[in-house]
Amino acid sequence: MAAAAASPSRELTQNPLQKTWEPYDNGLPAGHSAQRGVCMTNCPTLIVMVGLPARGKTYISKKLTRYLNWIGVPTKEFNVGQYRRDLVKKYKSFEFFLPDNEEGLKIRKQCALAALNDVRQYLSEENGHVAVFDATNTTRERRETIYKFGEENGYKTFFVESVCVDPEVIAANIVQVKLGSPDYVDCSNDEATEDFMKRIECYKNSYETLDETLDKDLSYIKIMDVGRSYLVNRVMDHIQSRIVYYLMNIHVTPRSIYLCRHGESELNLKGRIGGDPGLSVRGKEFAKSLAQFINEQNIKDLKVWTSQMKRTIQTAEALGVPYEQWKVLNEIDAGVCEEMTYEEIQENYPLEFALRDQDKYRYRYPKGESYEDLVQRLEPVIMELERQENVLVICHQAVMRCLLAYFLDKPAEQLPYLKCPLHTVLKLTPVAYGCKVESIFLNVEAVNTHRDKPENVGVDRSREEALRTVPNHL
Amino acid sequence: MQVCMTNCPTLIVMVGLPARGKTYISKKLTRYLNWIGVPTKEFNVGQYRRDLVKKYKSFEFFLPDNEEGLKIRKQCALAALNDVRQYLSEENGHVAVFDATNTTRERRETIYKFGEENGYKTFFVESVCVDPEVIAANIVQVKLGSPDYVDCSNDEATEDFMKRIECYKNSYETLDETLDKDLSYIKIMDVGRSYLVNRVMDHIQSRIVYYLMNIHVTPRSIYLCRHGESELNLKGRIGGDPGLSVRGKEFAKSLAQFINEQNIKDLKVWTSQMKRTIQTAEALGVPYEQWKVLNEIDAGVCEEMTYEEIQENYPLEFALRDQDKYRYRYPKGESYEDLVQRLEPVIMELERQENVLVICHQAVMRCLLAYFLDKPAEQLPYLKCPLHTVLKLTPVAYGCKVESIFLNVEAVNTHRDKPENVGVDRSREEALRTVPNHL
Repeated sequence: MAAAAASPSRELTQNPLQKTWEPYDNGLPAGHSAQRGVCMTNCPTLIVMVGLPARGKTYISKKLTRYLNWIGVPTKEFNVGQYRRDLVKKYKSFEFFLPDNEEGLKIRKQCALAALNDVRQYLSEENGHVAVFDATNTTRERRETIYKFGEENGYKTFFVESVCVDPEVIAANIVQVKLGSPDYVDCSNDEATEDFMKRIECYKNSYETLDETLDKDLSYIKIMDVGRSYLVNRVMDHIQSRIVYYLMNIHVTPRSIYLCRHGESELNLKGRIGGDPGLSVRGKEFAKSLAQFINEQNIKDLKVWTSQMKRTIQTAEALGVPYEQWKVLNEIDAGVCEEMTYEEIQENYPLEFALRDQDKYRYRYPKGESYEDLVQRLEPVIMELERQENVLVICHQAVMRCLLAYFLDKPAEQLPYLKCPLHTVLKLTPVAYGCKVESIFLNVEAVNTHRDKPENVGVDRSREEALRTVPNHL
Repeated sequence: MQVCMTNCPTLIVMVGLPARGKTYISKKLTRYLNWIGVPTKEFNVGQYRRDLVKKYKSFEFFLPDNEEGLKIRKQCALAALNDVRQYLSEENGHVAVFDATNTTRERRETIYKFGEENGYKTFFVESVCVDPEVIAANIVQVKLGSPDYVDCSNDEATEDFMKRIECYKNSYETLDETLDKDLSYIKIMDVGRSYLVNRVMDHIQSRIVYYLMNIHVTPRSIYLCRHGESELNLKGRIGGDPGLSVRGKEFAKSLAQFINEQNIKDLKVWTSQMKRTIQTAEALGVPYEQWKVLNEIDAGVCEEMTYEEIQENYPLEFALRDQDKYRYRYPKGESYEDLVQRLEPVIMELERQENVLVICHQAVMRCLLAYFLDKPAEQLPYLKCPLHTVLKLTPVAYGCKVESIFLNVEAVNTHRDKPENVGVDRSREEALRTVPNHL
């Protein structure tokens, strides 16, 4: 009899929700197996913003946080200015920031420490992966303090500095995000601008920019002139590499992104999901209306993207302009449920149907995809949308929900239930720290394809309970 | 239609002293761009010089006051640029990599003007390195074996090459943040410790920068293999999500033993999300990461069929696939071309990592192998990736050493060669002639 093998292979069980194969010991999931896409960071990352006021630090912090959360990396930003506003109820003037204002310095240090404490709690106790510490951090001394804090707690620290001397850019920033700040709620625009310029001056004398020699052992990216050039030093791991790539692709040129679905399809009419059908009569009407709408908008250098499915391409064809087909914009693959009605899914796969309602984001169709998978495959689309200016994306319901969730910072739980009706264009325009949304219904009727989460998501629910929220169809 | 990455051709211009990795970067970047579907070609001016001046004598050829040398070198640069123009403007090339020292501002201006005249976007890639150990290592890796030094001893070659570098140093004008602020470029410092990136103009330049920032030169090996033989392999069926056969499980144990014996430092193990690769990894008893993008090619309506059944049910599809196996997409499935697109993040992460074992599938392994061995699209779908065989890839000089290790557990052959007759009117027998044996 041969000696026992070192360690016999564990049995595999398929997770019924995500359809992933996991090893188990005595009926319990075992370790040793990680899903790619989420496990990008082995130790938490502390991103530290650096720069004078009005250099885009908060803009970058919020955008980066939004992006990382969307791709599945739990991230949170900590704005020290906000801590200050919570502590010092009423902002008086720039004098608070004078370098010899002892009271001010004391309060500001207290706020920074309070924020760092919350960072520690988020990364070490609440399963956060990345924390973005948003403050000026303009002195080497302050950055050393933060770096030591990171080391003590086992975090990797990555600095993001924004350097800008162009007075026009700074003036525009002040208009965009400072005039409306709670600090200046009782001031006129001129008063606010004057005070803020003096605030910036308070920092200038002690500002120590990241230096190629003095800071050569730190990991950082220095963004110069709103992205004209970058200095990147010592990228340590995958997540830092992704952050650098993202930061190098975003821009602030004003533009709009138009999202819509294909026109109503033949399968939409029948309440069937997926497939590769053509447009219905009304869908073709919509395509013409879309062409008219786009013309009227008079958009400069509009790029048009579609999926590789017939219905989006048919829709784009009506525009009479060049368009690019992206396979990754194809609708979510419903696997064995392709071309079924919800009634048929309930009939044939009642368990699957219930599991999907329990966790619509993570649920993967048998031999198909999940919303979570969709986000992974759409990431290059988001990256290219960031690079581009005016774009119209003609896509599909689940795909549009994923893209919309990115722009509107919607969490995973809400994403699969975002309302993206047929024949409705969403015009997204970046403004201040977020995105303005205009919803334009193009006046061609279409079926409703939105199915709300039912009340009863238990696997033992009745057929009626399962189908209660199914929209009407032929 | 894939992402339209280049509306006008791109001219990449290498910059740097000798032995700074320019040719290494040129070749690697060219390989990557071609693999992701961007037609790219490199033009090494040193090669033009070797073709013109049959026998290299000494570093004196490169002395700054050697009129004859300067004349020949300028001639070679112009000949190379002429070939660049032909490739980009007449032969549908998208990217040309102009590999030469290009160390003076004057030379770079000439090239930039050439680009402008022809409607190319110019992007400079400079490699700056002062670490004498790195330079010495480069000389050993790629210069001692150069045709220039075929008749010299290592010491003679090194001494001559060091003097060659000196010839360039006095006139070297590095890319400057102020003087060159209107150019698009990346300056790579100290083999990737830091980068200066200026005015990235479009998508392809952004991708190039991302790639260059992720590659490294730390020695390591990449191990590629397929899952152990599966139950469907035995039956000659493609795709599906089957478990391992008895022999497949044997292989998994042999793989564990092989990996142990190799004594690999900090080995990462990656699998797909299909049962057969995960079962294989389980035998190793080490942590592994599951990547959905490593899943086998989706055969759509042909999933779990035998080739005989595909011929029976979809004879037209079967013939079309043989006509262009790289671009052919299964109905409701994927093509090899699609596979390459979805595997790109795997390649990027493989470049970042060091020692990695990738347990994947036949079509997936062919795509990854084609990247490392620079195989073109026509050959990729026919690369031999048999079951139970590990390929150990080790970067060396400008390429990749491959060692093939069969782990001594028998398995079916799953390789189907391209048949002679790929016409849609061929007979069943002609179509099935190259199908390997199965149960």
